[in-house]
Amino acid sequence: MTGYVIRRLLLAIPTLIAMLTMVFVLVRLVPGDAAVAMLGDRASDATLQALRAELGLDQPIGVQYLKFIKDMLTGDLGRSMVSGRTVLDEVATVLPYTLELAAAAMLIGTLLGVLLGIIAAIRRDQWPDYLSRILSLVGLSFPGFVSAILMLLAFAVWLQWLPVMSRATSDPIDHLRNLLLPALNLGLIMTAYIARVTRSSMLDVMGEDYIRTARAKGVRPRGLIIRHALGNALIPIVTVVGLYFGTLIGNSVLTEIVFTRPGLGKLILGALQSRDYTMLQGLMVVFATFVIVVNTVTDLIYALVDPRVSLAR
Amino acid sequence: MTDAAVSQVAPRRQPSPVFTAFRRNRFSWIGIGLLAVIILLAVFAPLVAPYDPLKQNILHRLSPPSAQYWLGTDSYGRDVLSRLLYGARISLSIGFLSVLIAMLVGSALGILAGYIGGVFDQIVMGIVDVMLSFPTLLLGLMVAAMLGASFENLIIAIAITETAPFARVARAPTIAMKRRDFVEAGRSLGFSPFRIMGVHILPNILSDIVVVASLWMASAIRTEASLAFIGLGVLPPTATWGGMIREGFENILNAWWLVVFPSLAILLTVLALNILGDALRDAIDPKARSAQ
Repeated sequence: MTGYVIRRLLLAIPTLIAMLTMVFVLVRLVPGDAAVAMLGDRASDATLQALRAELGLDQPIGVQYLKFIKDMLTGDLGRSMVSGRTVLDEVATVLPYTLELAAAAMLIGTLLGVLLGIIAAIRRDQWPDYLSRILSLVGLSFPGFVSAILMLLAFAVWLQWLPVMSRATSDPIDHLRNLLLPALNLGLIMTAYIARVTRSSMLDVMGEDYIRTARAKGVRPRGLIIRHALGNALIPIVTVVGLYFGTLIGNSVLTEIVFTRPGLGKLILGALQSRDYTMLQGLMVVFATFVIVVNTVTDLIYALVDPRVSLAR
Repeated sequence: MTDAAVSQVAPRRQPSPVFTAFRRNRFSWIGIGLLAVIILLAVFAPLVAPYDPLKQNILHRLSPPSAQYWLGTDSYGRDVLSRLLYGARISLSIGFLSVLIAMLVGSALGILAGYIGGVFDQIVMGIVDVMLSFPTLLLGLMVAAMLGASFENLIIAIAITETAPFARVARAPTIAMKRRDFVEAGRSLGFSPFRIMGVHILPNILSDIVVVASLWMASAIRTEASLAFIGLGVLPPTATWGGMIREGFENILNAWWLVVFPSLAILLTVLALNILGDALRDAIDPKARSAQ
């Protein structure tokens, strides 16, 4: 087990460096270069040169690359070209909002999804199963921002149950009201996905020999599902929830924009509008690092709940 | 001693997965029917659309749905229905072309990696894993932001986000195929590696790739709409579904039709592709079928 943990942690390092390399290449896709893109075609050569020097774009590409990797690995993600604050500072300010949203959505998505998936599996080929499968399919087809806008329209504009815009507040009740719609939006999309995986995982397990044996020994259906099937059916779900994190973060960016919530989404949108390339580059690294960390942790948890993994490798 | 000898060893080609899917699953007809209607409407948009999608009519701005304007008008007085029909062309063609590129590049990489193996395989799959660790939407956003938004750049941006899954899907069955007798036979007959990969391996893994393609086209259309919504779409005044929602969002308090109809258009298109992809997958993967 310890050996597996160490190997898995070491594997994250080349992944991280490859990811940084990709971001480095991506940023250099800008036609012309970042300096021209930021200042426009009509900027004077002197100002362009000054900006290039500041961004390090006047150095040979190899030097730029090594400096980039070194800076990123030592936690220096650069400064916003607009606010002058470091990327990490900017991220740290809004990160709690995004994490709060992601956590609430994960809670809703996992609980509802697993529940719906189990019901569908137990009532296979009956109406609860059909209903849950149709709902899942519709849920999976919604782009996150479309469902967000429709929810906003229904609950905030037509029914007026909840605020249209979330604004800063110190009142915990208001705070929850602000969180409710965005979290529901992300949570329900995730529910669709998790319900699907849970259903097929449950059906796989229910077909196993040991379940048939338990049934033959007279274990009642409820005990069968809760004590015998669920435990094993949930193992793949750990991985799926972890892998879904990347999608969740992507969806949360747009959801935050629709609900005008502070968070990483607003930060990205601002950077896009002001052509703040250092900020975009830094945010990209932050997002990808998050996903790599979560994937690594997911693998480790998976090994913990399923001993076969660490033994097999 | 040519192909005939090899084809005797090769497994008999199974009936087309599309055919099997539609015989088995009546639900899939809804998907294909819906998709056919959307494609026809997009192709014949100039004939079907009641108005010019770009023509402004300030006197009739923000009119709710009526007999004259079935789906209402936007803040410039442009007909929403006509814009939706023309917008379908953008969504469908970006979706189709980006997936086509991703499919060609991705499966070529996957087949090469699986067939050659060794260090090449490790490098390619390493890159693929890193690409998969980026959230699709954010990767697309980053590439589109760097290249600048245009029809061609959006296709490239979305294709980049979707190449990696195709490489994964193509690689695994290639490795399995490589050890099969008919490939061994081809190799001992002195066929070139490209001939083996193209003529003997590709047709046998094509069905897996097609399933992935229909599911990723759904994703591509979602990504395109999302990028357009945050301002990285084909530039206005061209009508795109995501762009229409972006403009309509400013008037969400008094003109619901500006966001609801484009939303439904995106939802129905993605839904149709997902139903189709699911049906195809069930037809191909016996395990998934037994679990369904």
